Amino acid sequence: MPDVQPLVREFVLKLKRRKVEGSHAVARQTAELLRSVVSQHRMGSTNQAAALADAIRGVGEQLIAANPIELAVGNIVRRVLHIIKEEDISSTAVGIEGLSVTAESDDEYDSENDDHPTLSAAVLAAHARNALRAPSLQTLLEDIPVSTALSRSASSAGDSDGKSGDKSSKSRKLKHDVIAAIGDLIDEIDTCYDQISEQAVEHIHQNEVILTLGRSRTVKEFLYAAKEKKRSFRVFVAEGAPRYQGHVLAKELVEKGVQTTVITDSAVFAMISRVNMVIVGAHAIMANGGVIAPVGMNMVALAAQRHAVPFVVVAGSHKLCPLYPHNPEVLLNELKSPSDLLDFGEFSNCMNFSTQDGTPLLNVVNPTFDYVPPKLVSLFITDTGGHSPSYMYRLIAEYYSADDLVVKRRSTSTSS
Amino acid sequence: MDPRRSTRASTGGVEPRFRQVGFVTITNPNPTAAAASSSSSSSSPQGSDVYPGSLSPVMIPPPRIPDHHLADDAADSLLPSSPPPPSSSRGLDAAASDLDGDYDDDDDDVDVSWARHPPAALLESKEDLPDTQNQCTPVPVQQKQKLSKAERWAIQEAQRLSRKLIDTGSTASSAMSKQSKTVKTPLSKHLPQTMPPVASDKKTSERPPDRDKKKDVPPPRIQFDDAHRVEKAKKRSLVNQAEAQNRVELFRHLPQYAHGNQLPDLESKNFHLYPVHPSVYKVGLQYLSGVISSSNVCCMAMLLAFREAIKDYSTPSAKTLNRDLTSKISGYVSFLIECRPLSISMGNAIRFLKNRIAKIPLALSESEAKASLQSDIDRFINEKIIVADQVIVSHAITKVRDDDVLLTYASSSVVEMIFDHAHELGKKFHVVVVDSCPNNEGQELVHRLVAKGISCTYTHINAISYFMHEVTRVFMGASSILSNGAVYSRVGTAVVAMVAHAFGVPVLVCCEAYKFHERVQLDSICSNELGDPDVISRVPPEREDLGHLKNCTYNENLQLLNLKYDTTPSDYVSMIITDYGMVRCSLTIYFSINSSCLYTNYILPMLSLFLSPAFFFLKNLNIILSMLTKLQIVRA
Repeated sequence: MPDVQPLVREFVLKLKRRKVEGSHAVARQTAELLRSVVSQHRMGSTNQAAALADAIRGVGEQLIAANPIELAVGNIVRRVLHIIKEEDISSTAVGIEGLSVTAESDDEYDSENDDHPTLSAAVLAAHARNALRAPSLQTLLEDIPVSTALSRSASSAGDSDGKSGDKSSKSRKLKHDVIAAIGDLIDEIDTCYDQISEQAVEHIHQNEVILTLGRSRTVKEFLYAAKEKKRSFRVFVAEGAPRYQGHVLAKELVEKGVQTTVITDSAVFAMISRVNMVIVGAHAIMANGGVIAPVGMNMVALAAQRHAVPFVVVAGSHKLCPLYPHNPEVLLNELKSPSDLLDFGEFSNCMNFSTQDGTPLLNVVNPTFDYVPPKLVSLFITDTGGHSPSYMYRLIAEYYSADDLVVKRRSTSTSS
Repeated sequence: MDPRRSTRASTGGVEPRFRQVGFVTITNPNPTAAAASSSSSSSSPQGSDVYPGSLSPVMIPPPRIPDHHLADDAADSLLPSSPPPPSSSRGLDAAASDLDGDYDDDDDDVDVSWARHPPAALLESKEDLPDTQNQCTPVPVQQKQKLSKAERWAIQEAQRLSRKLIDTGSTASSAMSKQSKTVKTPLSKHLPQTMPPVASDKKTSERPPDRDKKKDVPPPRIQFDDAHRVEKAKKRSLVNQAEAQNRVELFRHLPQYAHGNQLPDLESKNFHLYPVHPSVYKVGLQYLSGVISSSNVCCMAMLLAFREAIKDYSTPSAKTLNRDLTSKISGYVSFLIECRPLSISMGNAIRFLKNRIAKIPLALSESEAKASLQSDIDRFINEKIIVADQVIVSHAITKVRDDDVLLTYASSSVVEMIFDHAHELGKKFHVVVVDSCPNNEGQELVHRLVAKGISCTYTHINAISYFMHEVTRVFMGASSILSNGAVYSRVGTAVVAMVAHAFGVPVLVCCEAYKFHERVQLDSICSNELGDPDVISRVPPEREDLGHLKNCTYNENLQLLNLKYDTTPSDYVSMIITDYGMVRCSLTIYFSINSSCLYTNYILPMLSLFLSPAFFFLKNLNIILSMLTKLQIVRA
């Protein structure tokens, strides 16, 4: 796939240079890139799904290596791998089912397909998911209707390809389904804010006092939604040094007419005793329910726990990471420029001091992320609803397949 | 990670080398010597030579560094603006002049309790300090004017008469309060009363001390949501404070002033004739503008200003010095409060000064009284601040070992002295300076530490969890320690202590005993101080790209809150290091019981506590508990 390589390289560069940051932007762009990878992929005659997955893995490996801290990249790569697997299974299932199905629904399907191409794909994907997964809270009730709806559409799909047994059309079918499913994924990433903020009124009551730290778009939309529903509440915004994103959030909230108080980060402990709820955004949610969040969040979570204030994390499902963290403060962190903290000009004279072995006397540490252990989190609000930290591994099992956790190109498989 | 693990294990009390540290007063290898030193050091007037004995055995001066080194450093770092080097000769003079005066017994306790001199070495080194450092050069004590015997006798008689009148009036009203006080302070009654000064205290306790005992319960602070009282206070005030625009509703009870406009106003009035003494005025301006902000420095500057004011004071005719000077000082204090709310340490110092003024015998001539007050102030500064800091350093230094990673928050003068001293002793350690905006006091500290060759890491308070894994000790200063064990300190201290507690790192708070206060406080909201809110909106002054709040500070929905203090709960603090030893936070209650005798001596009740069998039991229980529950610094 020579056409994709420049695109991949460009994105890798962007990631490496931290030109694109923030899990939402990264997730979206990764999904778009992978979609074009899939569409450029030339399908072989045998073992198409495995070859496609391998191509995705190859790209994913590069992307993850470019910025291992942006866990959203890995998440999206794994999601796409999972999608391929699902589509593969569902298409083979369709192939089997299709033999015993009459052609009576053929016309109906075609017209439906023209009107709502994505819808049918979504239903298909949902069915495929069901086929892969054990029953879960989300799918407990929707099992029956989905399967009936699907058997019809799937059967029709099978009708068109299955009987003829044309390999090329079948492979086109797989590719098409995968691309459609990735399109759904992108839609999901885009609409996660709406889905999350719909739940705002369920969690924010009248005259609530909310504390947040730094700036998160999810939190902003969440609070906006509550404000639009005529809830009146008060927000304390910790400024989130050294990037002072809290100021931005405060400004945005004030423009919407929310009562906002900006406090310094150091005053979090002093103020938390008068706060009803802490709502923060996250960088990533790990499989154990721990949160990789903007720096300073662990401090807020500890203070909230001390005063028994609920600590609520709002995050889209693209931030769910199937990995378990090990020493995340150090290993899943990124150190930024010290100039955020110290003025270089002012401290240039300090840089001269050094001990005999050449190590500098002054280190300036400016990490980006903080790890909040799951015991400090009261609730996760994702686009699929509220979940407790201990449920996270289950939610993750719905989005990812277990053998994709390590994104690595398999040497045995043949690449196209 | 590995070295950290091993050091953690040693804190559990396995290593004999480390078990030595802790309540050093007990680990004295030679208990009889300790007892002897305790009795002799407590209050004997010739105390200058027993000073080291009054401290713990860990006070052995480091062999490598000459004593004056420490003293110099201490004085340098402590007294950037106006140090009061009270020379030994002056102190002795004052004490001597007090002692050979032939006024009545009542005054002995007053003088002798203050006659414990700092070690000669320290004083000598102080004298070495160049006088140019002083802005307010202390004047030598004036020799008291010689009156004829008959004259003096006549004056004394007259004053006794007048005092009797006052006493009979006040005893009835204060009988109740006196009773409650005697119940409250049983410890001080149990002190070994063999020493002449304390013995005389018994006599004096029947005297009129109602006046100062009444002050035991501090008057409720002015609540700024009480419009009536605020109006009244405003009429009296000199400083023209404007209310801030967007006041935070939660803090209506605190003064929320617009900052930045009253300073030029006050400066322009500098040469007007005011009821406020110019030196006090100067300190007020410095305090307002933030030129002086460290609580020790503020306290010393204020006391020195009062000293100047007392020097220039003369009693108006038909008034007594006690009452007139007290009201004068009260006027100064209210001026300072208008400039900026006083810190607790300053409040304690003012209480001390008023107490001294009230206790001045009426028999004393004006110049004598002034001289004794001035020397009292000098001694307060010397003993309660300068020497206290050195003692704290000598205690805290036992907690610094090689390969330690010490974390400190913002900039505390005592903690800096500890680092300096440890570095001079050749200990290899690394300092993590945690800072917070908007003050960024830690930058100065990093500058100074790096210049001395101490390896540092600088970070901000949000990143504290990142570094806490590697930290072995947290040293912090405090603005005050309240009697429920809470540490009242600059905002952010609680956060640091909380995170350290969560990571199992011991938190050591260094605080001079004169900053203890009997107030109790559960949160940081009931009593606090609000800084300039606009500082937040222009927080990174050098980075224009971040000034997001510049244009919307006048929006009514937006409030900026710049808290100055917070309250750390006592369970986050492993140990408090004071000039009387190292105590667990729960023990502060013993301190607070004695806070009424703040101006006499803490060490006796503390020693009697340590030596009593009941306390031994408590102490062992404490050890067992702390070993079981969390990693603590265990005492032998």
